[in-house]
Formats: sequence, C-alpha cells, structure tokens
Amino acid sequence: MLKRILAFCALWLIVGAAQAVVLRDDRQVDVTLAKPPQRIVSLLPSLTETVCALGQCQKLVGVDRYSNWPESIAKLPRMGGGIDPNIESVVAAKPDLVLMATSARGAERFASLGLTVLALEPRSHADVQRVMRIVAQALDVPVPESDRVWRHIEAAVNAAAQSIPAQVKGQRVYFEVSRAPYGASESSFIGETLQRLGARNILPASLGPFPKINPEFVVRAQPDIIMVGDSNFADMTTRPGWQNMRAMRTQRVCHFRPEESDVLVRAGPRMAEAARLMAKCLTDKADTSKANDQTKGRP
Amino acid sequence: MTTHGAPWSSAWVALSLLVLCLFGIALGSAVGSTGFESWLRAMHDETAWQIVWDIRLPRSLGACAAGALLGLAGALAQGLFRNPLADPYLLGSASGASLGVAVALALFGGNPFATEFLTRLGLTGAAFVGAVLAVLLTLLLARGVQHTLRLLLAGVIVGVVLGALASLIALMRPDVLQGMQGFLLGSTSFIGWNACVLMLLVLLVCLAMAFALSRVLDALSLGESTALSLGLPLAPVRVVLVCVLALATGTAVAQTGLVAFVGLAAPHLVRSLVKTQHNWMVLLSAMMGGFLLLAADLLARMWLSPQEVPVGVLTAVLGGGYLLWLMYRSQTMRGQR
Repeated sequence: MLKRILAFCALWLIVGAAQAVVLRDDRQVDVTLAKPPQRIVSLLPSLTETVCALGQCQKLVGVDRYSNWPESIAKLPRMGGGIDPNIESVVAAKPDLVLMATSARGAERFASLGLTVLALEPRSHADVQRVMRIVAQALDVPVPESDRVWRHIEAAVNAAAQSIPAQVKGQRVYFEVSRAPYGASESSFIGETLQRLGARNILPASLGPFPKINPEFVVRAQPDIIMVGDSNFADMTTRPGWQNMRAMRTQRVCHFRPEESDVLVRAGPRMAEAARLMAKCLTDKADTSKANDQTKGRP
Repeated sequence: MTTHGAPWSSAWVALSLLVLCLFGIALGSAVGSTGFESWLRAMHDETAWQIVWDIRLPRSLGACAAGALLGLAGALAQGLFRNPLADPYLLGSASGASLGVAVALALFGGNPFATEFLTRLGLTGAAFVGAVLAVLLTLLLARGVQHTLRLLLAGVIVGVVLGALASLIALMRPDVLQGMQGFLLGSTSFIGWNACVLMLLVLLVCLAMAFALSRVLDALSLGESTALSLGLPLAPVRVVLVCVLALATGTAVAQTGLVAFVGLAAPHLVRSLVKTQHNWMVLLSAMMGGFLLLAADLLARMWLSPQEVPVGVLTAVLGGGYLLWLMYRSQTMRGQR
C-alpha cells in the first residue's frame, strides 16, 4: 500500500501540476480543474478550515456566514449559508472554485452559471483525511505537504489521548448535539474522537450517527460524564428526572462555550483541538472513585 | 387607494399592477448584493452581465411568475370552496411537496449512486410529484369533488398526515432536516431561466383554463343549488378546476418552496380594491400575487444587503400584517356607519 502511495506521489510529481486535475467529489461528479484555482469560495466551515490548514487561506475570496476560523478570514465577504447561499454575491466574486457540502443547496445553479463546484461532505475522521487530500489536489498543494499536515493532526489527537490518565479510561459519555435531544453516537465524528480517547459512548453506532433519543434513555443509561454546549445546558437541569442523574448530581457535566462547540462538531482540521477539549473534560470530570469501586467489587 | 364606496375599475387595477410588476422587475435587475453598479457595467463586464441577465432577471421574473401562480390558485380555491379562508395549499399540496422533498433527500441525499436519477428528477421534480399525488389522494379520500365539505376535510387530513410523515422522516434522518428547512422557508434565489419559462408556460395554461371556466365560479358564488339550477356542468368543471389548482400550486411550490400567504392574501387584496366577477378576479389575483412575491423578493434582497432574508418569512410577516390592517380597517368603517 505504502509503495503504491509513494509510486503515486512520484508519478504525480513527475507529471506535474501544469496538467488539468480531474477529481471525483462526494456527489460522484468528476470535476476538472484546468489550472490551480486562485479565487476560492467556501460554503462550509470545515472546508474553509481545511483550505486554511493547507496554508491556502489567502486564496479564499468569500466564505459562508458560519465560517469563523481562522481569524484571518474575519474580513472576507459572507455569502449566505449552506441552505441559502447568496448566488449573486458568489458569482460576483468571480471564483474559479466553489467548495460546498453535498447537502447544501445551489450546486446545480452554480454549475449552470458556469462555476466549478467541488462538493465534499466530511463526516468522519477518515473523511477529514480524504477531503483534505482532495482539496490539496485541487489547490495544487504537493502531496507530501498535505500528508505532513494530516500527520500533524493525527499526532496531536494521539497526544491528547495519551494525556488522559489510565484510570480515567472507559468512562461512559453522553454527548448532546442539540436539545431535541439529539446525541452523538459511536458512529458520528464526535463519537470517533471519544473512542480514540478511550471513552465509551452510551449511544451505540446502530442508532445512526446523530439519533434523536428519548430523554429517558439517557437517565436509564446513567452516563458518567455529560458533554453539552452552553446553550443546551440551561435547559438540561429542568428536564424531568435529570437532576437525579448521577452525572448531574455530582456535577460531572462539561458545558462548552459556543466557539468550543464549533471546534467539537466540525469534521475538519481542528479535530485535534476537539480531542484536547474532550480529553480535558474527561480528565477533569472523571469519576475515578467508580473505577476503584469496580475493581474492589470484582470477585 | 380610493374611498371604500367607489372601487376602482378592473382595467385600471390591472394596468397599474402591470406597471408595478414591470417596474419591480426592472428594479429587481438592479438590486442585489452589489447594487446598481453591476447594471451600469453590464455592457462591458462579463460577470456583471451574468449577474444581471442570468441571476437577477430570471429571479425577479420567476418570483413574479411563482407569485402569480399562487395568486391564481388562491382565487380558484376561494371561488371553488366559496370560502374566504381557502388557500392554494388547502388540498394538501404543500405537505405533499414537503414529503416529496423529504423522501428524495432521505433516499438520495446521502447515497452517491443515485445522483444521476436525482439530477434528472431533482428536488423540484420530487416536490411537484409530491404535491400532485397529495391532491390526488385528497380527491380519492373525498371520493370525487361533489362534496365541498368532504373535499375540504380530506384536504386538511391529507395535509396533516403527510406533514407529520415528512417531519417523521426529518426526525429519523437529521441530515435531511437542514435541506427540509430550506424548502419550508421558501426561496426565490435558485430560479434560473428554465424554471422561469416553465412557470410562465404553466401560468398561461392555468390562466386560460381559469378564465374559460370563470362563469362557473360566478354561478358557484350564488350557491351550489343555484349553480346546478342554471344547468351548468358542475362536476366536470370542478374536476378541471381542482386540476388547474393543483398544477399551479405544484409548479410554484416545486420551484420556490413553501411561500406563505401570497395565495391567501392576493385575492383579498384584489377584493379590497375592486368588486368584480371571476373572469377579472382570476387575472387580477394572479397579477396581485405576482406583484406581492416580487415586492417581497426585492425587499428580501435589499433589506440586509448583501445578506438575504428568506422570502417566505417576509411574505408571511408582510402579507399577514397587511391583511390584519385591512380587516381592522373594514371593521372600524363598518362601525362608523
């Protein structure tokens, strides 16, 4: 496998960047880029972050209204959101590449107006790497460079995992995404990060990535630690039966500030930072007494 | 607006609405994220030309056409059901369209192998099919069009049940939720020339049919038994009118999503201006609806420019507010008399 990748790299270096690049995006559409794009519009925060992580931030000429990292994009024009992109301002920016989610609207409209659209939808750790590779290829970033960025992220995630004391491993976590309540299961991006940190998830992968659950389910599952955004936390304490949950009673709840929540839920290059946030939460709030109880109680 | 006792003549209202619409479309070509300068530079700048010709014009014209379809459908629904509360979505087409979109998103949204099919049919196709199937289901449940009340009830039932199914799909698949919300809010910003031409053609057909059958609506306004005693072929005409209603609503909803209130407000606004028969009524309601949605679209673009407000939110707030004012005014005037 490694040999093949190396061979591919070599081939790619020889053939060179001058030739047209053909990329298959997540709509399974083959997108042809005659030359490396210089004016990019990104309509998904994690794609904006990917472009910047690859050191190509200066090529962005517009972003969606939810993109807020890194700070250098703060002055860029805002061009609507995923479900309501502002077609006109995107066209007016004369981009030679539009990056957007497959679930966003307007891809066909952009294409019919003659714009090049690359639709990508990162949903998992593997996706982050894959999307980063595709974006790097599109932007003519050499493969070794994009691989280096990825290895850096991987190393940081592993470091976060190793920073967690051994007795904290195996904590059962409930991560609430929104107050419906939707939780993040094992198969979600967030769930994958938790898994790598050695935590267990009360929501199995079989429920789908972000299942809407019965509040009762959480009470019955008795998670050791609850992770939730600030805006949902206030509502949590008033849910019937929730005050008596062990995690709530013993204050083992991490509530993240909005900018921290952004880091946690976006499947992008800041996943290492997300891992650090969760690792800190696990370390601070872990119920170590219970782990001891369990060892004591074992026959 | 003239005093309450002396309504305008229909021709004058039609002419002023036409002028207003043309003015609105002209203004629409000059208003947007970049403002007038695109319009001035359109002759020698390719991008500016593209913005004016390929984005702003079809969008303004399309908003007008979609609004006209809804206004026409509203006038037909209110005439057909002899009920001033009737609106184009009454026969379940709105929920049918949202269910169509939800199913399409859930089935094909995350599945890359269906893209070919999806691009061919598209969400617009799914919405249209959903809307038409919902109306057919309503007709089936009501066992035909004979009973106005049964038809109304069946429409309400179909609307509630299909709406609930759409919500259920959105709950099971949260990734569908976002796309659904975009559809439910209604938006005119994705209308291109193709959609525009399609809507105008459908509008022409629907207007012609409605115009031809307007005498039956006039007779119906005197009561069903009177209409029957005049020897009019009520049953077949009603079927045709329901089909026109479904076609007009389905087409508009498919292209713009659920734009609230235009279909309900347009006929009321026309009635507050003129007292007329249904041949003028359908035409004026269509023009009024077109003007309403166009005005809302312009406002949506200008208000927070370069940001944009979803047009469906604006029509609901503005149309609702104006209708409330109209209602209040007519009440107080009646009180003074």
